[in-house]
Amino acid sequence: MFDDLRDLYQEVILDHGRKPRNFRRLEEADREGRGDNPMCGDRMQLWVKLAPDGRLDDVAFQGKGCAISMASASLMTETVRGKTQEEARELSDRFRALATTGTCPDCGAALADEMERLQVLGGVSEFPSRVKCATLAWHTLNAALDNTGKEASSE
Amino acid sequence: MDGGTPVFDVARIRQDFPILSQKVRGKDLVFLDSGASAQKPRQVIGAMTRMMETAYANVHRGAYHLSEAATEAYEAARRAVAGFLNAATEREVVFTNSSTAAINLVAHSYGRSVLRPGQAVLVSEMEHHANFVPWLMLRDSHGIELRVCRVTDDGELDLADLEAKLADGKVGLAAITHMSNVLGTVTPAERIARIVHAHSAKLLLDGSQAAVHRRVDVQALDCDFYVFTGHKLYGPTGIGVLWARLDLLERMPPFLGGGDMIEEVTLDSYRPAPVPAKFEAGTPPIIEAVGLHAAIDYVQNIGMAAIEAHERRLVDHAMRKLSAVEGLRLLGNAQDRGGVFAVSLPNAHSHDLATLLDRVGIAVRSGRHCAEPLHTRFEIESTCRASFGLYTTEGEIDYLAEALDKAREFFG
Repeated sequence: MFDDLRDLYQEVILDHGRKPRNFRRLEEADREGRGDNPMCGDRMQLWVKLAPDGRLDDVAFQGKGCAISMASASLMTETVRGKTQEEARELSDRFRALATTGTCPDCGAALADEMERLQVLGGVSEFPSRVKCATLAWHTLNAALDNTGKEASSE
Repeated sequence: MDGGTPVFDVARIRQDFPILSQKVRGKDLVFLDSGASAQKPRQVIGAMTRMMETAYANVHRGAYHLSEAATEAYEAARRAVAGFLNAATEREVVFTNSSTAAINLVAHSYGRSVLRPGQAVLVSEMEHHANFVPWLMLRDSHGIELRVCRVTDDGELDLADLEAKLADGKVGLAAITHMSNVLGTVTPAERIARIVHAHSAKLLLDGSQAAVHRRVDVQALDCDFYVFTGHKLYGPTGIGVLWARLDLLERMPPFLGGGDMIEEVTLDSYRPAPVPAKFEAGTPPIIEAVGLHAAIDYVQNIGMAAIEAHERRLVDHAMRKLSAVEGLRLLGNAQDRGGVFAVSLPNAHSHDLATLLDRVGIAVRSGRHCAEPLHTRFEIESTCRASFGLYTTEGEIDYLAEALDKAREFFG
């Protein structure tokens, strides 16, 4: 009945949705962000620990939401670990383009491997009301890196 | 025909709703979100189009033919609403833009003039945000206490708690839903009115859901305020109704100021118009009133009793079918319930579930349905809600149950 939805809900997504990685509170974080998706009621909190050279040493999150938002956050924490803040922001921009258009801009360029991993979420672009679920984590990451203390919203 | 029960031909009724013949993603549309907003029959669409093509002008202003025709159509809609609610007079019918606007009107006008700081307003845990947030705002701005009546595990209004919260006599107004938009619970409005009045408080009933499914008689219910909205009653968006007892409306100050709501304006004063114009500042939703009138004629031609009987069959059928879906949690189990079913499946978030259902043509609402306190009360993050209209069929419910069962397997 739902076979054609396997593009959106690939096994990787269902797996990360059920068992999100890095789903924990990070004590002594250097950066912290909160994200909220008012329409869905999705909420998350994200912590970043920075290495002395400014790279993202550890990234963790906690929150509640649908399979897409949890899987996206889980995959994100794995993908941005070890990256510089500039790289993390670059991934964030590219991921948001991927989620809205379904294609991966500049995927031949640097960070291609990372983007290829995130490609599993590209299917969400066909579901306009669900794009926000996929991008919430990345909005939250940006807010954390900005360290503005403001709540990110994917609205 | 047996025992005077009118014939209800759902197949013929569906033909009145052009949108229902649509395909969604190649599948027949199964529209189960009428509780959010109902679809419109040709009769409503036609009446609004005809109004715009033949009889449109502003109302209550021009001494020319079209304005007089528009005014007559607008006031005829008011009489139709009065008949629909069995109001004592059409002067008790105030047109607003929505149920939300109607409740806000009461909160601002009645709430700030008749209710005094230190008095309380009593709502319930199963209120829609529209019957909750205006009272929180009144609490914060006017020093009113807000009390919340509990809902039982079955989703009934806890009448003992209602009594208890009225006992000290501080409650000036109880604002309670006539039918929950999440649990489907139809509240015992007459009993509530007796209890509330015994404690010298007034009763506002939020009929946004109930007025669509049951015959409403405000005099029999013995409430003081009743609100409902056009778009859930197969009418257009942008029009709602506040019914209130004439003596209350006459005591209440205007809410919005502007044209049409005044009798006389000078450079330093104004005198408000009589009820109901006093509460209808600005150009009203004229075309929408005509659409609402057509919607009322439409449901009355079918007969509210016939609609209610059809929906009772649907509710019984849905209870059987949905309770057979393994692992499905159904919120609320009230004795008297209408066609609203909020459900959840383990391992499936409501939005994921709604996306799956959409893929096979089923439109349901997911989230918290503007009733976050109620979801908190039932300790559930969010639900998918299927809500029925007079065009809903048993076959659609079977299809929903089958899809939910498959969705359960999908998410494992």
